[in-house]
Amino acid sequence: MLVPIKWLMDYVDIDLEINDFVDFMIMSGSNVESVKETGKNIDKVVVGKIIEIKDHPNAEKLIITNVDVGSEIVQIVTGATNIKEGDYVPVALHGSTLPDGTRIKKGNLRGVESKGMLCSPDELELEAENLPEGTDMTDGIHIFEKEYPLGEDIKKVLGLDDKIIEFEITNNRPDCLSILGIAREAAATLKKDLKYPQIDSPSESKEVDNYISIDVRNIDLCPRLAVRVIKNITIKSSPMWMQERLIKSGVRPINNIVDITNYVMLELGQPMHAYDLKKLNKRKIIVRNANKNEKITTLDEKDRVLDESVLVIADEERAIGVAGIMGGFDSEIENDTREVAIECANFNPVSIRKSSKLLGLRTEASSRFEKGLDMELASFALNRACYLIEKLGAGEVVDGIIDFYPNKKNKRVIKFDTDRVKWLLGIDVKISEVKRMLKSLEFEVTGNKMLDIIVPTFRDDIMMEADINEEIARLYGYDNIPSKLMDTTFTQGLVSDKQKIVDIAKNCLTAQGLFEVLTYSFVSPSSFNKIKLNKDNSSRNAIKLINPIGEDQSIMRTTIIANMLELISRNYNRKVDDGCFFEISKVYLAKSLPLNELPEEKDVLTIGMYGGGYDFYDLKGIIENLLSALNIENYKVVADNHETFHPGKVAKLLINNKTIGVFGEVHPIVIDNFDIPLSVFVGEFDFDELVLQTDLDRKYKPLPKFPSIERDIAIVVSDEISAGQIDEIIRTKGAKLVEKVELFDVYKGSQIEEGYKSLAYKIVYRSSEKTLTEKDITKAHNKILNSLANQVGAILRQ
Amino acid sequence: MKDNLERIKEESSDAIKKVQTLKQLDDIRVRYLGKKGELTLLLREMGKLNPTERPIIGQMANDIRNGINKRIEEATINLKKKDLELRLQHESIDVTIPGKRKKIGNKHPLTKVLDEVIQIFIGMGFSVAEGPEIETVYYNFDALNHSETHPARDMQDTFYITEDILLRSSTSPNQVRIMEKQGPPIRVIVPGKVFRSDQIDATHSPMFHQIEGLVVDKGITMANLKGTLEVFAKMFYGEKTKTKFRPHNFPFTEPSAEMDCTCSSCNGSGCHICKDTGWIEILGSGMVHPNVLANCGIDPEIYSGFAFGMGLDRIALLKYDISDLRLMFENDKRFLMQF
Ligand SMILES: [Zn+2]
Repeated sequence: MLVPIKWLMDYVDIDLEINDFVDFMIMSGSNVESVKETGKNIDKVVVGKIIEIKDHPNAEKLIITNVDVGSEIVQIVTGATNIKEGDYVPVALHGSTLPDGTRIKKGNLRGVESKGMLCSPDELELEAENLPEGTDMTDGIHIFEKEYPLGEDIKKVLGLDDKIIEFEITNNRPDCLSILGIAREAAATLKKDLKYPQIDSPSESKEVDNYISIDVRNIDLCPRLAVRVIKNITIKSSPMWMQERLIKSGVRPINNIVDITNYVMLELGQPMHAYDLKKLNKRKIIVRNANKNEKITTLDEKDRVLDESVLVIADEERAIGVAGIMGGFDSEIENDTREVAIECANFNPVSIRKSSKLLGLRTEASSRFEKGLDMELASFALNRACYLIEKLGAGEVVDGIIDFYPNKKNKRVIKFDTDRVKWLLGIDVKISEVKRMLKSLEFEVTGNKMLDIIVPTFRDDIMMEADINEEIARLYGYDNIPSKLMDTTFTQGLVSDKQKIVDIAKNCLTAQGLFEVLTYSFVSPSSFNKIKLNKDNSSRNAIKLINPIGEDQSIMRTTIIANMLELISRNYNRKVDDGCFFEISKVYLAKSLPLNELPEEKDVLTIGMYGGGYDFYDLKGIIENLLSALNIENYKVVADNHETFHPGKVAKLLINNKTIGVFGEVHPIVIDNFDIPLSVFVGEFDFDELVLQTDLDRKYKPLPKFPSIERDIAIVVSDEISAGQIDEIIRTKGAKLVEKVELFDVYKGSQIEEGYKSLAYKIVYRSSEKTLTEKDITKAHNKILNSLANQVGAILRQ
Repeated sequence: MKDNLERIKEESSDAIKKVQTLKQLDDIRVRYLGKKGELTLLLREMGKLNPTERPIIGQMANDIRNGINKRIEEATINLKKKDLELRLQHESIDVTIPGKRKKIGNKHPLTKVLDEVIQIFIGMGFSVAEGPEIETVYYNFDALNHSETHPARDMQDTFYITEDILLRSSTSPNQVRIMEKQGPPIRVIVPGKVFRSDQIDATHSPMFHQIEGLVVDKGITMANLKGTLEVFAKMFYGEKTKTKFRPHNFPFTEPSAEMDCTCSSCNGSGCHICKDTGWIEILGSGMVHPNVLANCGIDPEIYSGFAFGMGLDRIALLKYDISDLRLMFENDKRFLMQF
């Protein structure tokens, strides 16, 4: 909401510097987005009249002008082509300053003296859409539409010596979408009186009925319609002061009648529309729903197709306006208009919002109606417009008003216990002060301690005690409310076990060189194909958004693998040679589709790594370290099948025989789909399950009392035999004496027969009960060797 | 004999002085004190002396032997010291050659900032909770006192899955979930992802992060809201941080306030980060709306509370002086390494 400060001062006395005023308003709840000073920097730019134009002797594209600036005639050389003798133009004199800070000095243009500059709208930073209609906006010099006193400062002529405050109006305060509303807030904030604008009150006369009749056919969508008629109109420009105010408020002046309706809309917040009476069939205004596919050309000369949900203003024949949004083109006020009907109504905000959206048309009017306007305002605003019409001599107001207002709303009454001020706000405010504050906002207040508060009709946001408390708090000043800490004796800050485990996991993974990443929870449906998921893979049952921002973000992910590969691809393509990443975030698993209940949200841990010479075992090592950080011991890694992975390099992780996740080298086709020409290793694990398996309760195991003895063995086995099998044989057959089995070498090559491999192990023997003798160990060791030979055909390498 | 002893004393003393290496020193020890050393041999002839001379010469020989031993010992220490100095000299390295660094990773900057915020609130007695990211319209809007026509409900602003299920547009639904699950006293923060239908640009993202806070108890006033959030601001941005509470409007709090902090990068004097205002908007807050309390079965006549919500991404951008929000979700390693 743009508010020119000079206009505001018509209703409230503001005796503060602009910055202080803005601070006061912000602190009482009217937030300010910006303050614009019009004509800032402009100095010594005045009105001049071109009295003579001559050719330049040395330059074809330049002309020499003599300009009367009141006190003298100055010679100015210009390249402009749009000026003629007799034009009134802005003249930047020698020593003047333009808005951008440029200083103008006299000079010599191709041998002819020039003592200043004629200015274009651009150079004065005048904005085209705000200038009066008919202003020549071609690239040339700005030519005034009328004869101003010569030598007059153009800041005064163009009304540029003002400040415009842009207020941010929250949804609950449509009453502040008006100069008067802001003035009311300012008056309450500064403890000043509010001066209401003058109106033309109609008499009981029925004369207006001779000119027009109305028919409201949908009371729900149009609970009030007021109409007055103006006759003997002379259409012309509105006075400059009114044009200035409109321009500064972002509304383009058109003609006196239209400008007055717009002026009142800005002043009071109530939109209204003037119809040329002679263009209304049977001089009738009907408010009805549009017919299906009914057509109308709106004022912006666009053809629009309506449906039954849209409310229109119509005559007997056709729609003449979209109610509350925009008037129709063919009932527009024109220069020959002599009689108008001004329609001033209250429309259902939801209906206006829907229609505005349907038509893709948002106007100053619709943006006010859709927030819900005060029902009482319609007649007041209409009478204000009539007052201005008479005052400006734009026409004669026909006596009487047609006012369709069948269900007058009762004012809301709130019982308010003043003790609740301290109870909620923690401040002591005298009852008399509470009453003064509320009265300054036009609440009617009676009672003492227990107050009866009558809420003004324009404050539909005030519903209950808490709302009254807010009014008191903001006028008291949030700044003046003391700051008080809460007692901390009875609540203790806690994090859940899960949060602790997330922390442990993140610390463990970052310590191993992984970077935590965060990716979007929505992905492209094509991501399933990119990671090669089988058609029947349940991960494809993803939840779809009705209104995604694009196809690429249209479904909720069921796996983070695609996100991970995408970011690895991005890093690789930005010439980052290697990287290890992880994310712990949610995936969304529908119990059924379409959703009829909230889905399961499962935290998963996804790890991805590429480059850096990493292989499967680097990834496996990271996972094993993590498991040990989480104190999880009973896990197994076994070969697996998964379409996203290299078929020979993929495994699943089982904890207590429950599958927790899958990891391995990504399938070459998949990494190709992501344009990564390197091996990529990825794992994804059910983090919620990891949390369940984590034992945060660690217990100390006594340090060994007896010495250990190591034996190294090297065995040759067939390629089909896995290290896991051998490990298991060694551990089970070694009974309780094997403390540790460490595979330290794997060899395939010329020394070994094709199809076989050599594995070298270090076996550490130890007993918790005694020092092992050579005999004890040999017995256990031989048992292991025999079992290896029998069960997997292992041959001891000498 | 006496002369010989004197000579041995002189000669050995000179020899020890000239010695350069431990080997030479050992040679000297052998030459004089070894089994066939000069002093040893001389002492064997002690028997030939007459009994009156014997103790005197014996004493003298002993003194000389002790003297030699002592000098050898001293020389050994000196030589070892020299040797060590020499070795250390040879072993000196170029300390400016880069260190061998183990690869370590890093938490995401948003996690780091969140951890900091969580620690501050835990210190003030808050617990940490979480809630679903896919929410019902009821929790996201209805129970939070949004009118039927509130614009936030629009498809333009909020992502919908069905008519009744959506991606939560703020962490505020957790206020309701927590109040329903747990009666007062409540003191909790809920961090999490939220979603709004914004195109991705330098300051907008369809997914971002919020931290919700909720306190409900008997006797909670707006003074507590101010006190708590001021402490947070001072702990997060520094002791000198000032705060400003401005009236605002949220459907689920009444009265409502936005909190600004003095810009931590210019201390309030104005800079590019605070757009020359000296202030930065940090969070929205307010006293829990009585309708919301009632919706959750808590009597607003007896209990009161306050709630607040802040944008984690925004706080992190400001803290690290990052100008483009997209960097947070691109996950470029060179970006992630910097925090
Ligand atoms: Zn700053």
